[in-house]
Amino acid sequence: MITAGIDMGTQSVKVAILENGEIISIGFAFCGFNPKEAAEQAFEEALRKANLSFDKIEHITATGAGADKAINFDSTISMMGADAQAGAYFFPSARTIIDVGAEEARAVSCDENGNMLNFVLNARCAAGAGTFIEAMARALEVKLDELGPLSLKAEKASPINASCVIFAESDVISLIHRQESKPEIARAIYDAMAERISSMVRRLGIKPHVALMGGVAKDVGFVTSLKRKLGMELLIPQEPVFGGSVGAALTAAKRVG
Amino acid sequence: MCKIETRKREADAYWRWPEYHGIVPGRDWKDADILTGGIDVGSVSSKAVIMTDGEVYSWGILRTGSNSADSAKKVLDWTLEGTGLKPEKIASIVGTGYGRVNVPMANKAITEIACHAKGANHIWGPTVRTILDVGGQDVKAISCDETGRVTSFLMNDKCAAGTGRGMEVFADLLKIPIEEVGEVSLTVDEEPEPVSSTCVVFAKSEAVGLLYAGWSKEKVLAAYMRAMAIRMCELVKRIGVKKDFVITGGQSKNVGIVTRIESILGVKRLPVADWKETGLDPMAAGAIGAALFAEALYSKSLKQ
Repeated sequence: MITAGIDMGTQSVKVAILENGEIISIGFAFCGFNPKEAAEQAFEEALRKANLSFDKIEHITATGAGADKAINFDSTISMMGADAQAGAYFFPSARTIIDVGAEEARAVSCDENGNMLNFVLNARCAAGAGTFIEAMARALEVKLDELGPLSLKAEKASPINASCVIFAESDVISLIHRQESKPEIARAIYDAMAERISSMVRRLGIKPHVALMGGVAKDVGFVTSLKRKLGMELLIPQEPVFGGSVGAALTAAKRVG
Repeated sequence: MCKIETRKREADAYWRWPEYHGIVPGRDWKDADILTGGIDVGSVSSKAVIMTDGEVYSWGILRTGSNSADSAKKVLDWTLEGTGLKPEKIASIVGTGYGRVNVPMANKAITEIACHAKGANHIWGPTVRTILDVGGQDVKAISCDETGRVTSFLMNDKCAAGTGRGMEVFADLLKIPIEEVGEVSLTVDEEPEPVSSTCVVFAKSEAVGLLYAGWSKEKVLAAYMRAMAIRMCELVKRIGVKKDFVITGGQSKNVGIVTRIESILGVKRLPVADWKETGLDPMAAGAIGAALFAEALYSKSLKQ
């Protein structure tokens, strides 16, 4: 049985194709201003890699903030539901799944079958999502993928007002003017972000093991800060960005029967 | 008319509001019995006021730098420029604002909440009961009594939504000079729905999407300013709108925001007396209040 999941994020579209419970292909495209076009691109990429034609896919489940803008889907699942499915699929021992995307962060508690039990989320404030790190990297004039490694060189963090992206930008610029060390500013950025995420997760209750997914899970600076803040190891899948789409594809498989 | 001097801005810095200072005509510090000062170091702008016997003599507004003490010194120098008055002559100075503990020349620091209420009472008189102060990085709703004493207040300083910084971000995004955003936002034929995002960062993405969908700059600006005004009014409604109602801080000069606040609350704010004539600048309300506290402190010390 072949199914697909499509995750229509605010910044990018992710597609995962599953055959009998195994991931056989993934596809990715940035949204820009045309999410439907991005959805087509990501789907075509995934089909091409798997050498499949569209009609071989039995069921497509869409998820993500723009799920209604997906193409040719048969059903939808909430982002939290998809997180729970994917978390339990990657790590059967995971009971808490944290998903940090570009504009949203969520924490979901689940059972061993990947059923969602409870969740908390932040979708209203950019300071608790990937956008925060992007904006800070810009303010610090450091490439996004270099910010994480840079932060690891710091011994302490410079204090910043991290309640708001806009305010934090001004703070970072003041710190640069004061010639504070860039690694220490970078460390402060991740610590602040990790503080936001960990306080969100604490509202849900932390039940081990804890898995981390979403684009921000690829950032070594954030992962290091979050581990330190939570005081525990984190389970991270190889392709954390595709968590939502895998969860959706698993849901599709269940719905086929 | 006051002698007001304004600094020019770089051509592409749309967010950069003009820095200015002025001297009130007909007053001379040499004739004064008591000279006092108020310095309000805000997160975005620094304001200073010099008073002669409890009336505004000169005032100045500058952008706050990365160091509060430097900003305090610069804005005081800016306010004294052209007066021939030396800072040593000032009997008492009160520091206020976000950077108030770092005002080196201040005899005392007093919170900006108290100073704004005192300043509003001085600018508009004893009928003021509700003050909305929209600063660079915070919004405050203050209730006060007829003497200008604070009876309660609410504040948002955690989020840029509905603050002056948010307005700056949009001036830059839409490439409209910040002194013009108010007028421009009122040129729309019909008021659009407010943008749905609260967060300034998300509102910015939403605005880019609207521009992409063919909305005019003016319409996008109006939609954003509507959302800003709604956000500010939430705070005022929570504290209760009691007349007379006034607006202080930088956004008190933004006609687009003021008009929308008045329509949402269904209350007119007291009009600003011609501040250029009198020096009763609503953006300097905190510094005016601070200078009045400085006068009271000094008078008290004389009696002891």
